[in-house]
Amino acid sequence: MSPLLEVKNLIVEFPSRHGTLRALDGVSFDLAAGEILGVVGESGAGKSLTGAAIIGLLEPPGRVAGGEILLQEKRIDHLAHEQMRHIRGKQIGAIFQDPLTSLNPLYTIGQQLTETILAHLPLSKAEARQRAIALLQDTGIPAAEQRIDQYPHQFSGGMRQRVVIALALAAEPILVVADEPTTALDVSIQAQIIGLLKEICKKRGAAVMLITHDMGVIAETCDRVAVMYAGRIVEIGPVHEVINHPAHPYSAGLMAAIPDISVDVERLHQIEGSMPRLNAIPKGCAFNPRCSQAFDRCREERPKLESAGATQAACWLLSNQVETQKHEVTQ
Amino acid sequence: MSKPSKALVQVQDIAMDFDVSPPWLTRVIERKPRLKLHAVDGVSFEIEKGKTLALVGESGCGKSTVARLMVGLYSPTRGSFTFDGKDAHATYKSADELNLRARIQMIFQDPYASLNPRWRVRDIVAEPLIEHGIIKDEAALSARVGELLSSVGLSPLDMPKYPHQFSGGQRQRISIARALATQPEFLVCDEPTSALDVSVQAQVLNIMKDLQNKQGLTYLFISHNLAVVRHVSDRVGVMYLGRLVELADKHTLFDRPLHPYTKMLLDAIPKMHDTGRARTPVQGEVPNPLNPPSGCAFNPRCPHANERCKSERPEMIDMADTKVACHAVQENRL
Repeated sequence: MSPLLEVKNLIVEFPSRHGTLRALDGVSFDLAAGEILGVVGESGAGKSLTGAAIIGLLEPPGRVAGGEILLQEKRIDHLAHEQMRHIRGKQIGAIFQDPLTSLNPLYTIGQQLTETILAHLPLSKAEARQRAIALLQDTGIPAAEQRIDQYPHQFSGGMRQRVVIALALAAEPILVVADEPTTALDVSIQAQIIGLLKEICKKRGAAVMLITHDMGVIAETCDRVAVMYAGRIVEIGPVHEVINHPAHPYSAGLMAAIPDISVDVERLHQIEGSMPRLNAIPKGCAFNPRCSQAFDRCREERPKLESAGATQAACWLLSNQVETQKHEVTQ
Repeated sequence: MSKPSKALVQVQDIAMDFDVSPPWLTRVIERKPRLKLHAVDGVSFEIEKGKTLALVGESGCGKSTVARLMVGLYSPTRGSFTFDGKDAHATYKSADELNLRARIQMIFQDPYASLNPRWRVRDIVAEPLIEHGIIKDEAALSARVGELLSSVGLSPLDMPKYPHQFSGGQRQRISIARALATQPEFLVCDEPTSALDVSVQAQVLNIMKDLQNKQGLTYLFISHNLAVVRHVSDRVGVMYLGRLVELADKHTLFDRPLHPYTKMLLDAIPKMHDTGRARTPVQGEVPNPLNPPSGCAFNPRCPHANERCKSERPEMIDMADTKVACHAVQENRL
């Protein structure tokens, strides 16, 4: 069975006065129906950009400069604005970080929901309203019949994010791109929203691409996770494997840098330095200046994603190990 | 508890109200009453020299207001803050103000907003030194700024640069260097790492810990991230709607939380290493602080609430090595 979403060698570029900046450089992954894929990385790694490219909302002058995005085997990366509009909302739902800015403050919740429903589904106004109420109930908003006629400012942050989820799911999409859906919320509300997102997508069989920098959220929600660094995927694999046995030194460093609530350590592991700027991405492996195990090949040649046990990682150390193992075997 | 303790920071029943009344004319015409927001309502704690107290809680619980009270950005409506045996808020209003301000410094949350973008790093870090008249000689000033930058892992060569030339983590280190310039004894850190990425957060937390070990600094660390709090603190206070609900030693609090709210908060954190486990999500949301519930402020969300919780406000009581404000704990109902 072919995957629901296939991203092949995606390249996103931003032309600027000082030359073209390559923000995504050969990102490839796929997503099966009903699967939840997490995307992690530091700010500037290209996580949100990957999401934006899939839903066709790249901010100009950013553009897809290469590669393909296939949704149910149909290319969607080169569609015209008008065609993309029908896919967005109908087939791909989007949830953004800030529930304050993703709702229009001048319209009631009901107006915004019915607008989306009417745009994508052949329903009458009354039916659309019924559906909107049902959606609000599904997302756990109490007294949905009354609250549907209220404005966003009458809702709290957590409630607004529930509305945004209802909005994203209004037309029964097959894929939901959630970009940091809980970052603006308090921990206690975060748990509720993540639980809701997971449950409701499972119920409807929608696949989710969950972009976040919170490893805890990923660990709890996702089936697989992709770790991004400087516009590239450095490791992708089942969530338990990446967290407990990361193959790439960057994933390992990232996992070790997160303070663990159940363990006492004197010092946290730190990755020296910071993410390179887009105009100064090092040659070879982008992580080599910060990597303690880098050797000559890392500085010259760019590694490709290769399978490393249960996960796939882009690191020369792995092929080195494989080669030395082979060597040992032949000896 | 009347014995004189030697804690460096002693806060007794401190409270801060904000007047959020509608404008005068609206009050007269629409007969609206005056409105008071009790941002902090009777908080007491102590911090011993060289130790770290962390305050945690959700947004709007008053933790940042406590931080601002400590550094004298607000004067409390009620209660006292005693620093090194002297009433700090009386000192903030006296001629000795500068001396005290030099001893208490603050690190702010957002390293992008707390550094003047038009100033060079040297001027930013040198400002407190000049302002407090610590160093007047230009050459000595530069030497000292270089020394401060080195102590936070930056280079003296960074002095002529502007803040925009640095990453978030480096900027936060500049903030720390500036806060350290007056050789303070007490640092108030308001969410110092919440705007940073995890790998950079680790760098900043490590530097803060090293500085504490080297210079014997005392920290008040405000955060909403319990994992970070566990890493940096010695004692932890949990706040809810302007009040402390539990105050305990770090290990006691994380291993044996008493207050239902603390338990809920701990349970709400996504755990990295037991994947797939379903958590009990926290019920409900933080109530409107303008109209807090009667009795215990947590009662609408609490699974153990009874009639008493709805009518009577629980006081902080000493339980073994924890202080907790909860009727259910006190009555042994949990």
